[in-house]
Amino acid sequence: MEQLTTIGLNHYLTISAFLLGFGLFAVMTRKNAIVVLMGVELILNAANINFLAFSKYNGGMEGVMFALFVIVIAAAEAAIALAIVINIFKIFKSVDVSSIDSMKE
Amino acid sequence: MSNPTYTVIFYLFAAITVCSAAFVVFTRNVIYSAFSLLFTFFGVAALYVFLSADFIAVTQVVVYVGGILVLLLFGVMFTNSIMQTGQKSEVTHIIPGTILLAGIIGALLYTFYTTHGWMPSETTLQGSIVERIGFETMSRYVLPFEMVSILLLAALIGAAFLARFDKSGK
Repeated sequence: MEQLTTIGLNHYLTISAFLLGFGLFAVMTRKNAIVVLMGVELILNAANINFLAFSKYNGGMEGVMFALFVIVIAAAEAAIALAIVINIFKIFKSVDVSSIDSMKE
Repeated sequence: MSNPTYTVIFYLFAAITVCSAAFVVFTRNVIYSAFSLLFTFFGVAALYVFLSADFIAVTQVVVYVGGILVLLLFGVMFTNSIMQTGQKSEVTHIIPGTILLAGIIGALLYTFYTTHGWMPSETTLQGSIVERIGFETMSRYVLPFEMVSILLLAALIGAAFLARFDKSGK
């Protein structure tokens, strides 16, 4: 009971484990490229929760700064990935990742 | 901290985050996934506030909800015909995916809860850290900060170049 009512490091790590599992599941099983991207965002959020949790209980600022950089990289990644998905849609008329099997137009 | 209100609010936000993340993954409708992701991002931002990273929480709301989610919704609406009702996305490799999901979560939770070696520091982060982020950004992390800003600029120019409207014949 003490474990459950006192919020500690394990609670944050548990949430992050669930988000990582769901993100991997989305990346692995979905055919729609947009949902695969959503899975990647879930994985990045899981990593960020871990960084901030360890940073809080360690007392340093390294995890906080790294989480900030991860958010910036995620923004860049989403912009590039959406541009690629839109180009794929123009060429293949679908965003089904399992039907994209050629690299030439 | 074992304040009951604090604990209840923590569990509320944890439940919102995990349940909406599960809904993102398990619903077949892409629009529902995108809107459920909104709640996941807000829940994660609330957890950041619990971790005393208030600046990161605000950044999360501004960048993820204001930027990435809008981009994703734009992608969803651009690549699916919105009037078509049955816009289900196909699912593949469901059995290996489920094994991976259960295996990853089970292995991580087993490791976390059988590890008794977490030794929290005496000086955990307390209160607002905005001022400390400012100092760190302009001292130790000034080179990564500049590099990531140039990277973001290049990535956004590249994205605009890739997704530009292509007139046929040019």
